Amino acid sequence: MKKSHRFYGHGIPRIKPEDLGGKLIVVEGADGSGRSTQIAHLVDWLETSGRPTVQVGLKRSTLVSEELEKAQHGNVLSRTTLSLFYATDFADQLENIIIPALKAGFIVLSDRYIYTLMARDMVRGMDEKWLKNLYGIAPEPDAVFYLSVEPEELVQRNLSKNATLDYWESGMDLGLAREVFDSFLKYQGAMGEAFRQLQKTYKFEIIDANRSVNSVNKELRKKIGAVLDGE
Amino acid sequence: MKTFAELNFPGRLIAVEGLDGSGKSTQIYLLKRWLEAEGIKVYFSEWNSSELVKSATSKGKKRELLTPTTFSLIHATDFADRYERHLVPLLRAGYIVLCDRYVFTAFARDVTRGCPPEWVRGNYSFAAQPDLTMFFKADLEVSLNRILEGRPKLKFFEAGMDLRLSTDPYESFKIFQGRILDQYLAMSQEFNFVIMDANERVEKQQILVRKLVSERIDLKQFKRRSPLPLPPSLRDEREDKEKEEDKAA
Repeated sequence: MKKSHRFYGHGIPRIKPEDLGGKLIVVEGADGSGRSTQIAHLVDWLETSGRPTVQVGLKRSTLVSEELEKAQHGNVLSRTTLSLFYATDFADQLENIIIPALKAGFIVLSDRYIYTLMARDMVRGMDEKWLKNLYGIAPEPDAVFYLSVEPEELVQRNLSKNATLDYWESGMDLGLAREVFDSFLKYQGAMGEAFRQLQKTYKFEIIDANRSVNSVNKELRKKIGAVLDGE
Repeated sequence: MKTFAELNFPGRLIAVEGLDGSGKSTQIYLLKRWLEAEGIKVYFSEWNSSELVKSATSKGKKRELLTPTTFSLIHATDFADRYERHLVPLLRAGYIVLCDRYVFTAFARDVTRGCPPEWVRGNYSFAAQPDLTMFFKADLEVSLNRILEGRPKLKFFEAGMDLRLSTDPYESFKIFQGRILDQYLAMSQEFNFVIMDANERVEKQQILVRKLVSERIDLKQFKRRSPLPLPPSLRDEREDKEKEEDKAA
């Protein structure tokens, strides 16, 4: 398999990007965009066709996931702190899961990646340059798919699933609106905007995910198939 | 990097840096006691002490889960938490903030561990420069002896064992501290460190510390309007002083 990864910035001490084989596939999108469902289908498809896969996602590190969860519950951390805490969580999974898996030639499916973390911080007024330096540790994925869903449709999907809108996914910490419903729409609109801004630097494909699970998955498989064939 | 004074903060930040065993913590503690006794609004903050982040850091250290990158990021998180929640509000409120270690500790340690200097400095770029940074420079042998005297059990990361410099923790600690010292010295001019001779007697160093602080910072501006209650021993002393001042007026 061709080994052809590179880091966005300074990378990780003592890791040579040339040693990273495998494929890194990222699926981005808001809660309710169908990310997890799509990834589950992709894993089925890949493993059935005999390819080893590994899954990662935000807030899943051994090192800080518990503490991060606690901090979010109490809403006690300030902006830079939360941002660095998430970066720690990402770095821990990067070094302990993503990099070893790529070295072993696995297909890594990442349920969100640095782009969500950057977009969230940009919406909260953090400096884009600072974020780019911070996430210079990340390897450039082989493909990034952003599942784009209209905020109005996201509201419907989230409410039908949970009967409530999540505090953070509604950006309630920003004080955009008094009601969570209005805040959700405004926040998701701003997040979409931040993703479009990031797309200028970090090329990702925008997938129209206002469609059925199957038709979205078909498109993803076709595109991922092309990435894998290009080995 | 601008200082808090240059950024028009009413407060001032004083940082001490140096190797483990350089005596800097003793010096800043004595400085704090003096400033308190003078009725000055003072706050002390220690490296790696934010409650929430600490549990993750100690887990990472205990289980040896940390890499140079996560070691750096988790300490940056800890620093950011103290910076945003304590340091900045206190400095806005006109406090003298004393920091036992500041960003320079990360610049020295993380780079010694192999992190790119620009990356580390970029991550800490939200932090302003202290108004005074004292670097306690002891001969490497002196600080090593202070730490190693009792042959304590050195912790894995403390000894820099993650760098695989030596299989013997004491040997590893020595090499690691030597490299950190080199990093500190290399940045001392850039960040205006005032080099303090840490081989001197503690009392003598403290006289110099207090002299330096009162020369650099107009301390009377930082007095509490209504003094906090003090322990009786100090209270009498202060009352006497206030009486004298009243008389003089």
